[in-house]
Order: sequence, then C-alpha cells, then structure tokens
Amino acid sequence: MKVVLQNLTKIYPSRDKGPDVIAVNDFNFEIPDGKLIGLLGPSGCGKSTTLNLISGLETPTSGKIFFGDDDVTNLPPENRGIGLVFQSYALYPHMTVLQNIMFPLENFKGKDRLSKEEMKEKALEAARLVQIEPFLERKPAQMSGGQQQRVAIARALVKRPRVLLLDEPLSNLDARLRLQTREEIRRIQRETGITTVFVTHDQEEAMSISDQIVVMKAGVVQQIDNPQDVYDHPVNLFVASFLGTPPINVFDGEVRDHMLYIGEDAVMKVNLEDRKVIVGVRPEGFILDENGPLCCKLIGVQVMGRDTSVVSSHPASRNPTVCSIISAENKVAGDTVRFRLKPFKTVLFADDTEETLAYSVLE
Amino acid sequence: MTTNSEYMKIEKRQKRADSIRTTVTYVLLTLWALIVLFPFYWMLLTSVKSYSAYNGEYIPQFFTTSPTMENYKEAFTAVPLARYFSNTIIFTLSTTVIMLAVIVLAAFAFARLKFAGRDMTFGMFLSLMMIPNELVIITNFVTITNWGMRNTFWGLILPSVTSIFYIYLLKENFEQVPDELYKAAKVDGTSDFKYLWKVMIPICSPTIVTITILKIIECWNSYVWPRLITDKQEYFLVSNGIQTIRESGFGRENIPAMMAAVVVISIPLIILFLIFHKKIMEGVSRGGTKG
Amino acid sequence: MEKQSLKGWIYLLPALAFLAVFMIYPLFDVLVYSVEEGYNSASQTSFGIGLYNYAYVLHDPYFIQALKNTFILVIITVPLSTGIALLISVGLNSITKLKELFQTIFFLPYVTNTLAVGLVFMILFKKTAYSDGLVNLLIQSFGGTSVDFIDGPYWAKMFVLCFYTVWVVLPFKILILTSALASVNPDYYKAARVDGATKWRIFTRITLPMIAPMLFYLIITGFIGAFKAYSDAVALFGTDLNAAGMNTIVGYVYDMLYGTGGGYPSYASAAALILFAIVLTITCINLLISRKSSVV
Repeated sequence: MKVVLQNLTKIYPSRDKGPDVIAVNDFNFEIPDGKLIGLLGPSGCGKSTTLNLISGLETPTSGKIFFGDDDVTNLPPENRGIGLVFQSYALYPHMTVLQNIMFPLENFKGKDRLSKEEMKEKALEAARLVQIEPFLERKPAQMSGGQQQRVAIARALVKRPRVLLLDEPLSNLDARLRLQTREEIRRIQRETGITTVFVTHDQEEAMSISDQIVVMKAGVVQQIDNPQDVYDHPVNLFVASFLGTPPINVFDGEVRDHMLYIGEDAVMKVNLEDRKVIVGVRPEGFILDENGPLCCKLIGVQVMGRDTSVVSSHPASRNPTVCSIISAENKVAGDTVRFRLKPFKTVLFADDTEETLAYSVLE
Repeated sequence: MTTNSEYMKIEKRQKRADSIRTTVTYVLLTLWALIVLFPFYWMLLTSVKSYSAYNGEYIPQFFTTSPTMENYKEAFTAVPLARYFSNTIIFTLSTTVIMLAVIVLAAFAFARLKFAGRDMTFGMFLSLMMIPNELVIITNFVTITNWGMRNTFWGLILPSVTSIFYIYLLKENFEQVPDELYKAAKVDGTSDFKYLWKVMIPICSPTIVTITILKIIECWNSYVWPRLITDKQEYFLVSNGIQTIRESGFGRENIPAMMAAVVVISIPLIILFLIFHKKIMEGVSRGGTKG
Repeated sequence: MEKQSLKGWIYLLPALAFLAVFMIYPLFDVLVYSVEEGYNSASQTSFGIGLYNYAYVLHDPYFIQALKNTFILVIITVPLSTGIALLISVGLNSITKLKELFQTIFFLPYVTNTLAVGLVFMILFKKTAYSDGLVNLLIQSFGGTSVDFIDGPYWAKMFVLCFYTVWVVLPFKILILTSALASVNPDYYKAARVDGATKWRIFTRITLPMIAPMLFYLIITGFIGAFKAYSDAVALFGTDLNAAGMNTIVGYVYDMLYGTGGGYPSYASAAALILFAIVLTITCINLLISRKSSVV
C-alpha cells in the first residue's frame, strides 16, 4: 500500500495570544509500497505530528492523505487499517501478552468478526513472527523492555495493517537492545512487506534501517533521500550537521580565484565564483599530511579501538575543536598538525542561506 | 470510488456522534454545576430579602428588586454571632498552630532522627490511623469534663492537636529532602533543630501550607466535639451557633436572618477556597478525606 | 547513641503525649465502659461487669431505627455517589474548554460548612405555612403532589438525607476520580482507538481496569464515611433526631453521651463499638472483594 501525503499542513491555534504553531508545513511525499521510511529530526520538528496525521489521531489543517487511491484524510483511525507502536509501548498492564495481542481482533465487527480460535491462531502467528511465544501468559510488567517492545509490535501487526507506524519505538531501550531490536524491526518489515513509517530523533537509527529518510526541521521537510545520499549530499547545513557522529566540522571559508580558503589556508581548488562560504568537512575527510594545506593546532589524540581521532583547533572553525578520524597507523606528534581534505567528504554551503553550493568538490 | 463514498459516510457518522456526545456532556456538567451552585445562590438571595417580602412570597422569587442588609443586622444583634465568629477564629488558629508544631516535630523525628524503637513507634502510629473518632470521643468527653475544661478553649483545642495522617504526610515529604543536605549541615555544625527550622521547613513549605489549609477547613466546620464540650453561648463555634439559631433562636421564624447568618459563617472558607483552590484540591487529592 | 535516642523521643514527646491521653487510653477505656453495667456518671460507680450494655443497646428501638436509617443511607448513597462521580469525572476528562471552571465549582461543597448549607437544603425542601417550598413547587409544576420533606413521611425525609449526603460527598470523589482518569497514559487510548475499539469498549476494558484501585479506595472510604453520617442529618432535621425518626448510629452514640436523655457513657460505648465492628466487617469484605478481582 503506497501512502501519499499531499500539501499536508497542521497548524495549532495560538495559546495565550502567541503566534500559531505550524507543526507541519506543506508536506508532500509519496511513500512507495512496502518500503520503510524514517522520519528524522530534532524534537519538536513535527515528525510525531506527521505520524499522528497518518494514523488519524489528528486531522490536518489542510492537505490530503491517500492510502493507495483512497482518500483517508478525515477518516477516524479505527477505519484506516493501521498498526501503531508507541514509545511507551502502551501495553495494557491488566491483560496478558496473549490478551494484549488479541485485543485488536476482538474489535472486528459484522462480517469480519472472528471466532475465539481464529483470533488465537492469528495472535499466535504474530507472536511467532516477533518470537515471543514463550511469554504469552505473562503480564507486561513481568517482561523486559525489549520483550515488551516485541509484544507491542505483534499487537500492531496482528490485524494485518495496511500501514505500520512506529513512534520512537527504540528510545526506551538500552544501547545493546536498541541495536538488536532495530535489526528485528528491519527483518519483520521485510518479511511482512508492510509499508512502514518510523519516527526517530536518532540519525544513526534512521540511517541503519530506512529505505528512505525524511529529514524535518520546524515543520518543514528538509530532504528526502536514501540514507547514504542524505549523508553524502546534504541539501543544507542543518541536514549536514544533524547526521553523523562525530558531527561534521564546520569552518568559515572563502572562495577566491577558484581557490577555497579556510582562514588563511588555501585548501583546494573549486569550481565556484568568488564568495564567502561555509565549509563542512566530515571527520573521516581528513588525511594527515606533513605538507597538507590545512594547518591546525593539536589539542590531543584519542584512541578508541579501531579509530584514532585527532582533536585540534583552527581559527576559522565554528566549533571549539576540530575532530578528525584517521586510521591508527598514522603517527601524530608536535604542536601543529597538517591535513589534506578528501574532496568527496567536503561540502560547501552559502554563508547566508546555508544551502548547499557544492559537494564532492573537484581539486 | 465506492470505498471513497463509504469513507465519507463513516466520516459523517463519526462527526455527528462526536458533536452529540460533546453537547450531552456539557449539558450534564452544567446541570450538576447548577445543582451545586444553586444552594449558594439561594442563601445569598434569601439573606437580602426582607422578612415580610420573604414570608409574603408563596412562590419564591428568583431575584429581588429591593435587597436589604436588615437581616445581617438582625443576625448580629439577636444572637452573639460576632462572638461565635471570634471564638471560631481563636479555636481554628490555635488548634492549627499547636498542631503544626506537634506534627512537624514528630515527622522530623520519624524522618531524620535515628533512635531505638523508631520504626515500631511509627508502625503503632499507622495502626492508630484506623481508629475512628467516634470510638474515643466518649472517653475524651469524660476526661475533659473531669479536668474541668468544659466551656474552655483548652477543652475545645486539646483533643484535636494531633493528626497521625498529617504526621504521615509530612514524614513522607521530609524524607524526600536529600540526605546530603543533612550531612552537609552536620559537617557545618548545625544543630538538628536549626536544620529543621532553616532547611526542612522551607523546603517542605508547600506541604505544610496544604496541611494548614486543610486543618483550617476542618476546624472551621467542626461541629460534634464543640457541641459536646460547650453549652454556654460564650464558647459556641459557628456550627453550634447556627444550629442554636435554627432550633431555639430567630431561625424558627425569621428565615432570611438565618440565611444571613449562614452566609456570614460560610464566607471565610469560600474566600479561602477561591484564593487557594488549586492548592486545596491538590492537597485533598493527595489523600485527604473529609473531616 | 544514647543521647541521640533521647533526642528522638523528645521530638516525639508532644505527639505521643496527646495520642496517649486522647487516643490510646480512650481505646481501652471505651472497652471498659462498654462492659461496666449500670455505670453512674455522677457517682462513677457500677454494679459489675457484663454484656448488659450491648443487650440494652441492641434492644433499644431508637438504636434499631438508627441502624436501619444508617444502612439505608449507606446502601443508597455509596453506589449512587460513586456512580455519579464516575460519570461526571469521565465527562470532565473528555472536555478541555471550561474544564477547570467546572472542576472548581464541583469541589465547592467540600469546603462549605455542612451544618450551614444543610439549612439551605432544609428551607428548599421544607413545607411551611407560608409556602410549599421551592422543591415542592417544582414537583407541582410537573403535576405531582407536594410533600413535606423535612417533617413529612419517612421516605421523603430519607430522600432529602440521601440527596444532601450525595451532594456533600461528591466533590471528594469527583476530584479523586478525575485525577485517576487523567493519570492514565493517553497512549493506551490512542492504541485502543487505532485498534478500532469502540468508546464503550475502551471504557470497560481499559479505563475501568486502570482506575480500579482508586475506585475501590473510594468505595471503601465511602462506606466508612457513610456509616459515620451524622451532621448532615442534624443540619436537615435538627438535633433531636430520635424524635424525627432520622437518627444515625453516630447520632445515637452522641445522644446517649450527652444532650436530651444523655449521660450514659456505657450505652454510648457499646453502640460505638458495635458501629466499629460493623465498619470493620464491611471494610474487610470490601478488601477481600477488591483483592480477588484486582488485576495487575
């Protein structure tokens, strides 16, 4: 089932005479059938509102939502055929796991009504899919966070929804479980082929499991692309900064005679008119080179397992430190370090609009 | 297309059901609000109707064109209403102040001081919470009578200056103050009492204020104990006063004047409520019960 | 350590002293009173020890009347007030506009003087020589016949008493239930809606089980409170409740102790202990039921 969002806008009327809050502003997107989409952005960017609009828990101020060819814009959630998984899981504490999973089926009416056996069979099938069959008679409180999350997913899947919506489903889990459950969600989504929308503020999470990522900021969609493209070809400084750990290094720079300067260091040739620019360099975009053009003051070296990061400072850097990840064999010594920059890890932004001017700049 | 028109139907039905539900909800809530407010309106209204106008109305009028303060004058002159009033204020304030001192000390002992038998004593306190007032009031009546304290303020005040429930509430609150503060104060050489006065009480002042307000309400409305322990008008509280007015005073025939008295004794608490309604409701929902 | 112990007890001393004199000692004393036969409060002497006081109280027609009145009051007002409170709280929780105003209004009776407002109810329901009273006029306008609710037939008096009791106890229950309802994580409702549960099903399958502990708490405290009814009745019918036939058990205890026909602490003690036994039994039954049907 493809999902189409057409000029979707949600405005919350002002409170106490403040300005109206535009939670979602003119969102256009067609989610292809059977794909997993990550809605990514900082808190308050409108990603959860978008999810609520798709689920029908909220109705848009303007714009339309289609499931396939059906206009569901004003349809109540129970008639949309969606499955929803909450950050808090929202498992009913007074019901067992099996009762929780069966609950959605018990609400079927008329010709869709199921017998007790059919319900149980479907619930078991869903439980098998998320691998929680041993716990069917337990109450949610007797299970770990990861297990509860699986139950929540089973409950969302049991009625075979047309669209599966996940609202920050991993943020209540600890780091190790998060990794595991992330893979689980990916596997389940592949197996069932249900179109899925996944909301998260964790860029790593979004990048690792999504077919496509939608980056939002203050209600406005910034970029829709597959994960690698969003990382390599960000449309503006915000997207570039939001994705990647450690974050991208940002410098004030200038183009003079097709030469890019960071501070006074002429780092590389570029194909741009003369102007002031913002230079973004991914941490992995630095190469140690005694004759390199970028001259930084060394602060320290951190060895973290496989990687070594060189922390230094540069007068034109917008952040107090410049972080560069280099492979461990390189030796670092002395008070100054010099780098060469990898062109395809360097992005130039306009100094005023912060829009991307060029990436993969050619030397 | 068929599905789309079906969807439209569902939408419409849903919208209609929602608006009906909302309307019914508001109508019912308003109805109950009227039932709650009406007695207050009626007492105010009746209190400003003149005696003859009130008795002349076979069908009571819902408003009056010639309000009079005559009834209030009557209420204050025919019985010592001012006396009841000042008695109640004295009783309420002294009971509340003494109780606060007693429960703060006890709660502090339970929450912060370590001494032999503390937990056992606290357990005993908790089990005493189950004892209804009706069971002990008989002996207290005899005790106060034997002490010759009938018709005195001490007789009114003494039995109600402890509240296990409030000790419990305050102890819980005191325990939430981090231990580190106590240790820091000890290192600085602060005495226990000074620590209680300068640190614990200010930090827990919201709870103490809540307890104070609830106790004031309880004292202002207390009826049974004052009725048992006083039979001289000089020591009547407002509740007993109003009951006397009704049974043997002017209340039997002059209803507007009685309503004036009712308004007078109700107003202090209503004002208190209007100012502190958030605090009061929050305090009560944290576990208060009616008197 | 010894000094520390002493200090603790000193802080505790005022509370302990008051409790010992006005709570612990009376607790034993009331038992003693209740078995002292023929106790005379003037000479402070008694004939001997026995259960005569209990027998007397249980055979006293006034006590039987009080017992009956109290039970009727409890059976009617506890379920009724809890039900209405639940209805109102659910209504309150479903709205946003004016919610706070309604909440504040509904809580108002909690802070008012029961005796004082009771008098307003009395004049609203009372039939006098001058006027039939507002309520009766209302009944007449609907084609009914008027009845004196304050001095008239038993059922009418019981009706006013129940009505006023509900009016008085509702604020507390509404407050507790509203906050219980508000504390249910809204994700549960969203999840259930998405799963297509009807409003009624959400209410019975999710809301009710979630607030069940609070509901039981209210029912238990409701029973205890209703068994101790007294000042509501005084406000409506005056202090001579026996004459009005509207006495309650607590009223009987006080009347035995003091007031018209008072001066019998032994009978009062016996009656108070009987009341305590009844309340204790009912509370235990309530707890048993709540434990059995309790979930989570």
